Amino acid sequence: MKHILFLLAAMTILCYASCDRAHPNVENVIIKGSDTEVNLALALAEHYMEKDEDISIAVTGGGSGAGIAALINGKTGLANSSRSMRTEEIRLANTRNVQPMASVFAMDGLAIIVHPDLPVSALTVQQVGAIYRGEIENWRGVGGPDMPISLYGRQSNSGTFVYFRDSVLRGEYARNLKQMNGTAQMVEGMKTDRAGIAYVGVGYVVQKDGQTMPGIKILPISAGEGLPAVAPTDLANIIDGSYPIVRPLFQYTNGRPNGKLRDFMLFCLSEVGQQIVTESGYYPVSKRYQAQNEQVLNFSYADATSY
Amino acid sequence: MRHLIDLLARRVFFLSAALSVLILLGIFGMLFFNGIRTFAEVSPGQFFFNSHWNPSAYGEPSYGILAMIVSTFLVTLGAMCIAVPLGIGAAAYLSEVASGNFRLYLKSAIELLAAIPSVAVGFIGIVLTGPLLARIFGLNNGLTALNGAVLLAIMSLPTIITIAEDAIRSVPDHFKEGSYALGANKWTTLLRVTLPAATSGIIAAVILGMGRAIGETMTVLMATGNATAMPNGFFDPVRTMTATIAIELGEVPYNTTHYYSLFAVGAVLFIISLGINLLAEYIAARYRYKS
Repeated sequence: MKHILFLLAAMTILCYASCDRAHPNVENVIIKGSDTEVNLALALAEHYMEKDEDISIAVTGGGSGAGIAALINGKTGLANSSRSMRTEEIRLANTRNVQPMASVFAMDGLAIIVHPDLPVSALTVQQVGAIYRGEIENWRGVGGPDMPISLYGRQSNSGTFVYFRDSVLRGEYARNLKQMNGTAQMVEGMKTDRAGIAYVGVGYVVQKDGQTMPGIKILPISAGEGLPAVAPTDLANIIDGSYPIVRPLFQYTNGRPNGKLRDFMLFCLSEVGQQIVTESGYYPVSKRYQAQNEQVLNFSYADATSY
Repeated sequence: MRHLIDLLARRVFFLSAALSVLILLGIFGMLFFNGIRTFAEVSPGQFFFNSHWNPSAYGEPSYGILAMIVSTFLVTLGAMCIAVPLGIGAAAYLSEVASGNFRLYLKSAIELLAAIPSVAVGFIGIVLTGPLLARIFGLNNGLTALNGAVLLAIMSLPTIITIAEDAIRSVPDHFKEGSYALGANKWTTLLRVTLPAATSGIIAAVILGMGRAIGETMTVLMATGNATAMPNGFFDPVRTMTATIAIELGEVPYNTTHYYSLFAVGAVLFIISLGINLLAEYIAARYRYKS
């Protein structure tokens, strides 16, 4: 028995040693953060690891806040976040000698969804804000039927909750907002609640063939009174900026990334990477954030078509 | 040698007993000393009597816990309204009517009910009881205080039944025999003699069941809709104290007022359930002396 154990131990050590020899410089990268982005990050990481065997990338979720907290505590090299870091988070990071730098690897459109039978055909982004702030409490207020609006949102630890509040509401949520555990629960709610309204990532409610998921209705949204209301299901509306509820998905690093981590992040921005982004239901990085990426990652989109 | 083992055993057991007390004190101390720091920025009046909880606000944060205390009690009392008649009925059936093997099977089935993980009960609340209640009562959405009450009733049933059954069972036989001798039938005896004699034990059972319901987190978090507004009734979504802590503690920046206020909520919850348990102990002790 003792001999067998010894043999096993020896084999294990040998195995580790030989594995090491095959890839002497395997670099471990831990990505943590937004649940919105976890599947996308995973797809990108898997694709990249096929190309480069010297890197091992582990992706976990937990929410934007959890990722940012891990970056601040030095527990992760890359934090995915669907919202920007708050001032006090950056201040806290600085006291621990962490210098957060943000780049953007994809864009996410938020779709406003309702029950398919609701006779409302479009809303302005200001109306959506007023509805969620509780200023418009009845569908009558936006030309719909006489029904009290039933509000669905995410829980307050969600990056989507914060993004929506800061960019669409620009104020407090109505207190009767139902805080759902996740996107799936909001979508299920819309299937039965005739007076409901919810916001979810476009990728979640649009199927691979470009059709809307059955049982719900995606409302076209206009950027303001008099402007055309457009649907987020059409990629062109996102890219030309006419759809108003689009948010950047951030990758936060401690200082400017270098080495393998930088290579991976550049891969995310490459043509192949952005292709994966689109296939996963998100949108390519817009011009405005491309400039930010060039600065943080110290490269130029113009001469970086190759990788 | 024997003496030594004896001494050692005594010490070990003393330490294990002392450890639980130390842990209790430690937890209370931690909740209390972190929680008290909330009041450096928030006045106690604001904290306890304001119904608006929104610490990570767009504008001014607010730290009123009244709405969640009301929510917690709404869900718990609702659960008791459902569980108490059911629980006492089941306990009476088990101790007075059911016989032999069937009673044993029934009893173990009820005890198994306690083994269902709370997250599974919450899941049932989302996919089954929530939509069902919405259909029955014509609601937009079934994730309401009522849904939470139904689920918590299910979860507190094993506690109530087991303890109430013990209480009914320990009513001395001569009470019942006296009743029968006076010509009362089984039903009258149960209702007029046995249950009244077991009252304090049954009350203890109910209170302990209530303690079980009040501290439950996962189920209510999943199944009650979590709206922070003050509820108007059982058909409104509610966010309880436990759910608030569970949702927010994961992401709160450490050593901020928001962080301390969650400890304060925890301390309030601790005091409430401590009170409930002490009350149950007191009543149960009284009933032991009587019989």
